[in-house]
Amino acid sequence: MEIKHFARKYLRENTLPTTFCPGCGLGIIINCFLKAVEQLGYEDLKKFIFCSGIGCAAWIPSPYFMADSIHTLHGRAVAVALGVKMMRPEHHVVVFGGDGDIAGIGIGHLIHAARKNLEIITIMVNNFTYAMTGGQVAPTTPLEIYTTTTPYGNYEPPLDVVEVVKAAGASFVARWTTYHVMQLIKTFKTALTKQGFSFIEVVSQCPTIYGRRLGFKSAFDMIKYFKENSVPVDKVGTAHSEQVKGKIVVGIFQDVSKPGYVSLYRKAVKKALGG
Amino acid sequence: MLKQLEWAGGEVRVQTGVHFWEGNVACAEGALAAGCNFFAGYPITPQSEIIVRLSERMPKVGGVCVQLEDELAAINAVIGAAWAGGKAMTATSGPGFSLMQEGIGYATMTETPCVVVNVQRLGPATGQATKCGQGDIMQARWGRHGDQVTIVLAPNSPQEMFDLTIDAFNLAEEYRVPVIVLSDEIVAHMREKVIVPPEDEIRIVNRRKPKDPNEPMFGGELIPPMAALGDGFNILVTGSTHDEYGYRYTADPVVHRRLVERLLNKIMQNAEKIKMVEAKNLEDADIGVISYGCTSRSVYEAMSHAERKGVKVGHIRLKTIYPLPEKEIKALSERVKKIIVPEMNFGQLCLEIERIACGNSQVIALNKVGGGLPITPHEILAKILKEIEV
Repeated sequence: MEIKHFARKYLRENTLPTTFCPGCGLGIIINCFLKAVEQLGYEDLKKFIFCSGIGCAAWIPSPYFMADSIHTLHGRAVAVALGVKMMRPEHHVVVFGGDGDIAGIGIGHLIHAARKNLEIITIMVNNFTYAMTGGQVAPTTPLEIYTTTTPYGNYEPPLDVVEVVKAAGASFVARWTTYHVMQLIKTFKTALTKQGFSFIEVVSQCPTIYGRRLGFKSAFDMIKYFKENSVPVDKVGTAHSEQVKGKIVVGIFQDVSKPGYVSLYRKAVKKALGG
Repeated sequence: MLKQLEWAGGEVRVQTGVHFWEGNVACAEGALAAGCNFFAGYPITPQSEIIVRLSERMPKVGGVCVQLEDELAAINAVIGAAWAGGKAMTATSGPGFSLMQEGIGYATMTETPCVVVNVQRLGPATGQATKCGQGDIMQARWGRHGDQVTIVLAPNSPQEMFDLTIDAFNLAEEYRVPVIVLSDEIVAHMREKVIVPPEDEIRIVNRRKPKDPNEPMFGGELIPPMAALGDGFNILVTGSTHDEYGYRYTADPVVHRRLVERLLNKIMQNAEKIKMVEAKNLEDADIGVISYGCTSRSVYEAMSHAERKGVKVGHIRLKTIYPLPEKEIKALSERVKKIIVPEMNFGQLCLEIERIACGNSQVIALNKVGGGLPITPHEILAKILKEIEV
């Protein structure tokens, strides 16, 4: 009997292998997400609709997932997802994007979707750079890092996207790295069963564009760095304290139950109908 | 959403009867009559009455009307809703229309049926926000990057704000394009009688759905069928160059050329079918006038005065600005020596008329800009009489 990798039933086999660089973290994220899907008992992705914008991470669902997907404009995946979710509230609407796509050009939509607690899942793959365009500085790039547009070192403080989304009011906010495979699977499962806006940042290695310039010899070295420099949020508290300077704070940052946008809209409709 | 909402106590979708409506309200009601079930917008003068009306009405008929954080969100949510099976619309004005251009380009490339209403105000930039202008003509045609063409309609009364909004939805569904309703502040805020026909007399076009998942949705025929996200057809939608099944081809010259050529052809080859035009006195005209939107209302008045003075004015009123009724314009140019093109801008459509007239007749621009002051019948009449005499 031929034994197939569990994920293949969720993928368009004719599009494999992926175009991602060797060592890229996106494969780990695909694996973890589909593992969560499988563990929740979904035989296929018919109950899912994927939205993505522009960038490497946006290529995860389009074309690799055997599912309905819409690959939209740079920064607009969350806005498109709102339209999709309102028309298809019974589906899981999942956004995949990079840090530039979601937290750079698209951050307006992100904050407002979090504020509305829109019932979608946004997975932001953070590789700290604009990789597809050749490694420019991103809103997430740490200080002093050399990129192609900060040739004298990055002088802009980076944005803690998790804290922004949390403050905006999302139901569920988490951050892990590609080292934290088991935690990621569990987190994706929680997100898929949660009402309201779920935001998961996955710190991921980009050995080709980012790691190479920083002196990392391999993707493995980067994952090792993630392992050694991650601190759990429940141990250190907020990401702004001195204790966590230079560290990656990981874990579940917010997990609350409150009504989402679609259910609130439905409530308003009932009111409009005099009920 | 439609299916999930409870309908008990809902209002009628089509408000059949005679109404005294302003243009914006008629547009909102036209959308509902056409079957619009998703509206996303952002407040901007002078279109706000559209989103205000739909905020009240849409929930009562089982649809979705949301105000979002900006026009970028609005057009992109419309695209998402349209792909999820909805009939979707947004409405905006100048600055918001500029912000929506990338989204309209995406909708063109992905063949997303949707309607974008632009109630023109006086630009550039913030300009005079409450005042009428007709300065977005070329933007409506050429505002997006890359080669593309879409359908632009220009109503000249509240009745047409109703009628052409329905047409816009039908054309969007038939040709799988974003259709632009290019109104203006005067038409949008004008109050007139609007007759809403019974629901069963309103023609509704719905997009063609593929029979099975193997049917191509981005090629194979001029206007391919379209499945929705969530139908389970495993569809791939992308704004990148794609083959007929939606697979990205970011370097292949043949795939790109084939796709973009088809996108142009589906409009240009059907231009004669799509075009809507009101033509008067073309056979025995002494002089021609070509107008659209609010300006055409002054032309009507000027024409009757001119006729009393013995001057026959051949008038073409454009209901579709793109595609242009080139046959009619050409015929007029062959009949008369001069064509006057009154516009509330510094001369935009007159350049297109000049191209089509191709030297047959002289194309004379009559421009008025600032303060939202309309071109009056008197000004048009004076121009007609002056040009006839010379």
